Amino acid sequence: MPTHRKQQEEARDQHSVVDESEAVLRTENVKVTYGDTLALRDVSMDVPKNQVTALIGPSGCGKSTLLRCFNRLNDLIDGCKVEGKVFYRDKNLYSSKIDPVSVRRRIGMVFQKPNPFPKSIYDNITYGAKVNGFKGDMDELVEQSLQRAALWGEVKDKLKENGLSLSGGQQQRLCIARAIALKPEVVLMDEPCSSLDPVSTERVEDLIHELKEDYTIVIVTHNMHQATRVSDFTAFFNAEESDDGSRFGYLVEYDRTERVFEDPQEEATQKYVSGKFG
Amino acid sequence: MTAVTSDDRSEQDVERSDIEKATDRSFIWGTGILAIAVAAVLLWIAAQVATEAMPAIQTIGLDFLTRSTWDPVDDIYGILPAIYGTLISSLIAILLAVPIGLACAIVLSENFLPISIRTPLTFLIELLAAIPSVVYGLWGIYVLIPFIEPIGNWLHDNFGWFPLFSTPYQGPGMLPAGIVLAIMILPILTVIARDSLAALPTNLRWGSYGIGATRWRTIFSVLIPAAFSGIVGGIMLALGRALGETMAVTLVIGNSTDLNFSVLAPSVTISSLLASQFAEASGLQEDALFYAGLILFAITLIVNILAEIIVLRVKKY
Ligand SMILES: Nc1ncnc2c1ncn2[C@@H]1O[C@H](COP(=O)(O)OP(=O)(O)O)[C@@H](O)[C@H]1O
Ligand SMILES: [Mg+2]
Repeated sequence: MPTHRKQQEEARDQHSVVDESEAVLRTENVKVTYGDTLALRDVSMDVPKNQVTALIGPSGCGKSTLLRCFNRLNDLIDGCKVEGKVFYRDKNLYSSKIDPVSVRRRIGMVFQKPNPFPKSIYDNITYGAKVNGFKGDMDELVEQSLQRAALWGEVKDKLKENGLSLSGGQQQRLCIARAIALKPEVVLMDEPCSSLDPVSTERVEDLIHELKEDYTIVIVTHNMHQATRVSDFTAFFNAEESDDGSRFGYLVEYDRTERVFEDPQEEATQKYVSGKFG
Repeated sequence: MTAVTSDDRSEQDVERSDIEKATDRSFIWGTGILAIAVAAVLLWIAAQVATEAMPAIQTIGLDFLTRSTWDPVDDIYGILPAIYGTLISSLIAILLAVPIGLACAIVLSENFLPISIRTPLTFLIELLAAIPSVVYGLWGIYVLIPFIEPIGNWLHDNFGWFPLFSTPYQGPGMLPAGIVLAIMILPILTVIARDSLAALPTNLRWGSYGIGATRWRTIFSVLIPAAFSGIVGGIMLALGRALGETMAVTLVIGNSTDLNFSVLAPSVTISSLLASQFAEASGLQEDALFYAGLILFAITLIVNILAEIIVLRVKKY
């Protein structure tokens, strides 16, 4: 036991929680500002392949902001500036040669509030495929994606109905199906269960477990139980007051989920995961 | 410790609720009466116009709608040319204004232009609505009609076989009227379409961009369909305005009561017919003009009902 502990300690000293060859996404000193306000500072972390990585922390600490750096969605926000490097398989996503639109086709995203398009369930799934120039069998793709999102059984008889007519939990699974219909490598999820009831939440969590075989998942969550249930790695972010009184977020601790929850190295993490947070 | 007994409290309640009840009651009554008054005015006007039109309705009947002579000398009245003119001039206006207005709405609601350009642009477009319609009419006569002469000539020379362009360009007529109307309805159309696009949740845009859609794809496949009911509402309001617009049209359309299918020839709309003839009308002619007004009323009512139906049938986002 003590030797085991020692080995782990050493591993952490090298600051490589994730074996580098396994990393799909990597950030180096990422800093994000909205206009003149600093939102996130000095984030360096590796996201391992075919694992679920959870981003946790109090609200306003920049979890969503970081997630949007992984698919360059921050580009769409006026005044948002990203500094530092974000690598996706050794390509710097923020280099001028990269086309953000094609990045988003490889890295799908599921949002906090379900946002199906006001189109039929069928068209919601095929939209992404059409955008992508998909040439295969659409019916098959729709069935496959809905199967994977555990929604097929509920909607197979009403594919022509508007996506908005589904319940919240079904809408969110439709959005997940829409994202995986693109056959992306990475799926980013921003608090995907925060507007769902417990039953739907459980279904989405089961789904995340299954999807991990084929996809790399980064999930933002408010719910610490959820982080322990679904994730392999956890990054804890905190917000700090800067000199001029504005708050910015930074990465406090990043490790295997069980270490973050059972043996956190930082006091702030300890407080947060035990629910004693300010 | 408890200075207030239950008795005191109930007295207080009674006192306060008396005033409250009174204001409440008068407020409900007041707003109710005002609302009913508006509806009553509408019905009263409709009834009044119908009464005035009654002699003409009895003498002419439904022939009024299909006859194309307007002859005060022999007291023969038909408004087919005016119905045609009303519908076609509004149609031209809508065909021109919808693509331009939608394009403006997209530019103003998306962020590809910096806000420092968008704000003055919005203001200028809204300012179009502030120009009095008689000014539009005069501008039509002195600027637009000479300006589009080459276009009119070109249309007639090349497409003269087509009924819509079968006469030479004669200056005042349907085409300039349609163009003036298009400019006049542009602001309302643009503003409503922009507001409905801007009101869409950011989430919806991100959903589309997030799966790798381009901006154009997002606008045309997601945003415009999602804002469709608002946009159609705007188009219908604009159409209502175009159908009833009087002053500017009267000045540029030429007010010819002869039926002519060509948009290059002078024509007449129901409202320009009323405006140009009412001053000298008497007897059956005056009744016929009221009858024409009633028909215009009916046309705008139908347009509004259609608009409601379309808006209701499209699911709002
Ligand atoms: N679109 C935006 N425009 C301006 N500031 C923003 C925007 N989105 C987030 N922020 C700011 O960035 C900080 C981090 O926000 P966010 O990433 O949403 O945090 P979290 O997801 O952890 O709650 C907050 O201070 C927030 O006010
Ligand atoms: Mg967030």
